[in-house]
Order: sequence, then structure tokens, then C-alpha cells
Amino acid sequence: MTVEKVLEFSDVVIVYDNFPAVAGATFSVNAGEIVLLQGANGAGKTTLLRACAGLLPIARGSANVLGCDLRLDRLAVRSRVGLLGHANGLFQDLTVLENMLFWSRLVGATRNDVDQAMDAMGLSGRLSETQVAKLSAGQRRRCALASLIVRRAQLWLLDEPHAGLDAQGRDELDRTLRAARDAGATVIFASHEIERASALATRSLIVTSGTVKQA
Amino acid sequence: MKKTAIKTAKRRVASAVFIKDLRIEARSRVVTNQVLPFAGLIMVMFAFALDNDDVLQRVAGGLIWLATIFSLFIIVQRSFAIDTSDSALDSLRVAGIDLSAVFFGKAVALTLQLIALDVVLIGAAFLLYQIQVSALGVVLLVTCVVCATTGLGFVGTLYGGLTAGTNGRETLLPLLLLPVVAPVLIAATRATEAALGSSGAEISEGWAWVGLLTIFAAVFGVGGSLAFGPLIDE
Repeated sequence: MTVEKVLEFSDVVIVYDNFPAVAGATFSVNAGEIVLLQGANGAGKTTLLRACAGLLPIARGSANVLGCDLRLDRLAVRSRVGLLGHANGLFQDLTVLENMLFWSRLVGATRNDVDQAMDAMGLSGRLSETQVAKLSAGQRRRCALASLIVRRAQLWLLDEPHAGLDAQGRDELDRTLRAARDAGATVIFASHEIERASALATRSLIVTSGTVKQA
Repeated sequence: MKKTAIKTAKRRVASAVFIKDLRIEARSRVVTNQVLPFAGLIMVMFAFALDNDDVLQRVAGGLIWLATIFSLFIIVQRSFAIDTSDSALDSLRVAGIDLSAVFFGKAVALTLQLIALDVVLIGAAFLLYQIQVSALGVVLLVTCVVCATTGLGFVGTLYGGLTAGTNGRETLLPLLLLPVVAPVLIAATRATEAALGSSGAEISEGWAWVGLLTIFAAVFGVGGSLAFGPLIDE
């Protein structure tokens, strides 16, 4: 049985502000994996995630994400991946439901897709009518992840997803990511919380000075 | 077939952004509670400062459009502050959404807000400066407002996007935008003067200025839709 490769980087170099933030990274990720990127601050984790999302040009090497060659067409991959950085990318003045409906209109998803995403993230009921500005950090994170489901992102790229969450929020996030994996998504996330993140991940990669090694 | 699908997707994105911007405004009421009183105060302060009915009637057109342009800065900054506060604009970019459609959605929402503002400002000018307008003047005035605010909507959205992620955008936006909107200020003022019959201007003289406003709107509509995406992407 062949395993579908969602991402394949080979000797990838990414130059950021005239500095090779990633210098010869070689790794691959299979469909359905939850992969943890470990590494010190400035090791190149965020740069790698942004490059996977098609936001940074590949200076050298070959990079393939979801069948798209990032050296030839970085835009093509963007609609199929979901990148969540430290911010949630939500409109604070809108309710949870309005945020979800906004994303659904953008990508042509149905109301049923929105309801399913909110159900999966535990955002149905009264919470759906709450303004995002009035949500807790964990609820906002769940709302942001629900928007990834509405957008039908096949590859989730998360930068420090546990940051700013309390213990309950972190547990909820872990459950959410496992559920997303079970639903067919592949997750790559960077985290400094090694113990918790390792328990969640199916595989870990260590990023050191812009290179990637198997943990 | 593919072209039709792309057009439909663009329309869907533009309408989603348009609805979102107006919904946020309806909820926060920044235009009604802050921008309108600010623009109204400008009109009143000029009335105090000039304190002469003849002069006020002559310069009413210019005062309306100056107040509109000052208000434009506030509305544009507020609109993009909402989009950048939790990196929502960044999310749109990352998600591969057609940014030219985002541009049109935001520009049309901004234009509608400016039209609402101008209706109130023109009403205030009638009350404060005792100006009068004929039936033909009303037609010219309405056309002028629509064309001028459309141009301001396009150029405001383009420059709002340009300065959205920069430091000191509060001062940078007026600094960059004021010279660019000078043609709108001049043309809209002349057309409004013609509509109101200020300084002995004839209504027929106003239509040439409306033509200039239309060209300005068309240039920034096309240019903005082409440039907005790359500007945000950078």
C-alpha cells in the first residue's frame, strides 16, 4: 500500500531578509500525519511553515505541497492549506457565526458546512451568536480552526497553536487536531511545549539553524 | 465556462467583503457616532470662522468636499484597522482569496458610507450656509456626489491597503492620499459650485468636471484592482 505524500521538501533553501533562514531542508510528510516541528527561537520553524503555505519564495531545491510545485506556482497551494499563526485572523466585531458565514461565502461553502464545522469545534448554540471579541482565547482559537474546516484546508499549518491557552483550552485544541486528522486533514505544527506536543504528534522533526532532522 | 466560474467567485468574494464591512459599521456605528459629528463640526467651525453668508455660499462646495476628504481618512483607517487587528487581512491573503475582489467589496462599502456622509453634509450646508439649488442643479449634484465618492472609495481603499501594515499609518495615509485626491477636490468643488450656482457658475459648466471625476474613478478602479493584490502580498 502506498502512502500519499502531502509534502516533499528536498534541499530547500529559503532566503529571508538576505539571510538563509532555511538552509537545505529535506523532509516529507504523509497524509493523515500530525507532525511537530521542534526547535529554538529563530531556528526557522515559522519560515518553514510560511514557505509550506506558499508565502515565501523557494530560492533553491525542490518543494512540493499537495501536488503543487512551490517553485513554479506558489499561489495554487494557498487555497488548499490553512496557516494559523499567533493571530486568529478573525473579525472581532462579528459573531462566531458571522465569521464562519463570511469564510463560507468566500470559498463557496454551504450553510451545512458551516454548521458541521461549528459542531466539530463545539461552537454551536449560544456561543455561535457571541461576538468574537467577547470569547476566551481558547474559544477564539477554536473559531479560527473552524474557519480552516469551512475553507476545506487539506493541510493545517499551525504556529504555536497552544500559546495563550489555559489548560482546558489546550486539551480542547489537542482533541480538535486529532479530530481534524481523523477527518482527513494533515497537520504540521510548531511548538515549544515539547511534552504536550509530542503526545499529540505522530512524528517529530527537529529544526536547527534552518535544517530539518528526524527526532 | 472557466471564465464564468472565476467571475462568479469574484462576485461572491466582493459581496462577502461588502456585507462584512457594512455589518461591522452597522454594529460599531463609527461613521454615525464619530465621523458624522466630526464632519459636521468642520462645517460649523467654518461657518463661525468665515461668519459671512456671501462668502459661505461661495465656498460651500469646497467645504463639503474638504469635510468629505478629511472624513475619508478616518473611515479608511478604521476599515483597515479592523482587517489588520487580528491579521484577518493576512488570512485572506494566505487563503489565496482573489484580492482584486476584496478591493471592489471594500471600495463599494466605503463609497456607500461616503454617499451617506455627503447627504448629511449637503443637508448641513443648506441649513448653515443658506444655499439653494434648482431642479437641474440637483441632477448635477447627485451625479457629482456619486462619481466623486466612487473615485474616493477606490483611491481610499488602494492607499488604505498600501499603508495597512506600515508603522505610522495614521499620518502616512493623509500624507500620501491628499495629493492624489486633489483632482477630486478641485473637480467636485467646481461641479458642486455649478450645481449650486455659486460665484455665478452655470450648471452646464459642471458636467465637464463630472467627466473628470468619472475618469478619475475609472482609472483608480482599474488600477486599484490590479495593484491591490500585489501591494497586500508584499
